[in-house]
Amino acid sequence: MEITARSLWTMMHGMGFGALYLLACSGAIVELYRLTRPSESKPSESAPNSTRFLNVYLLTMVVLAWAAVLTGAYVIYPWYRAAPPPGTVNLALFPQRLLMSSPSTIGWHSLGMEWKEHVAWFAPISITMVAFVFIRYGRDLRLHRPLRTAVLTFAIASFLSAGIAGFFGAMINKNAPVQGGHTIRLSQGEAK
Amino acid sequence: MNPPPNTTSPTLPNGSGAAALLSASIGSFALAVLAIAGDKSALLKSHLIFYKPTGPLSGVTTTAILLWLATWAILEIRWQKKSVALKPICATALVLLVLSIALTFPPIADLF
Repeated sequence: MEITARSLWTMMHGMGFGALYLLACSGAIVELYRLTRPSESKPSESAPNSTRFLNVYLLTMVVLAWAAVLTGAYVIYPWYRAAPPPGTVNLALFPQRLLMSSPSTIGWHSLGMEWKEHVAWFAPISITMVAFVFIRYGRDLRLHRPLRTAVLTFAIASFLSAGIAGFFGAMINKNAPVQGGHTIRLSQGEAK
Repeated sequence: MNPPPNTTSPTLPNGSGAAALLSASIGSFALAVLAIAGDKSALLKSHLIFYKPTGPLSGVTTTAILLWLATWAILEIRWQKKSVALKPICATALVLLVLSIALTFPPIADLF
């Protein structure tokens, strides 16, 4: 069982940082909503623990979101957009050119990657703001209702942005996978 | 006897939250505008290549992030001890956020 270095980085970017971030989003939105409900006028005894937990949870999400976009833009994207030498016939190592070489796949680049490469950045920017505001105000955020509404909307927008980027990332990698780099042997297979 | 904790009026002024919110939306909007501008102008596109393997995306995102952080720092210094009018700030931030997402959508970006 083998994997190439570029595939491993792509997995870390998408299935590691990106997918974990998406999984965490729904929990963060529900907890933000629950802990800052305006009707919650009297904090329960478990409130400080819940607030501390959400602080750590949101900070972890901030790290995941930045790790996802930075590995995407500075590790994987250069492999994706690499220009083939003149006369190259096999475009397997040049995913962008491979997608653009066929009318049935060009849309994955012209719409998918063109949107993904920019919209993805709204996820870390938004969740950094959300984490800062919640850590600063905690459950008192419920007393600043317009701010609470806006923070929840940015958290949902962060989820949406990451979802768009994740969807197109998965589809692009399915149609033109990032390949190459040295091969890492994970295990030695045995014939049965 | 200590009075019960105040559960109906804010203990912290809202300025710090408003600063974080507005600057995040300004940074997002700047990213969307820079992405379109870099796509339309060859000169700007070449200036936005901060890291050659990543191309203009490196300059678009780095510039937008620096603008976001600078705006945040300035607004935080000015508003952190103040209570500001939240409703217009939140409305502006939400409009900028929607515009940012819309402007990065290629069929809309291509209209410019």
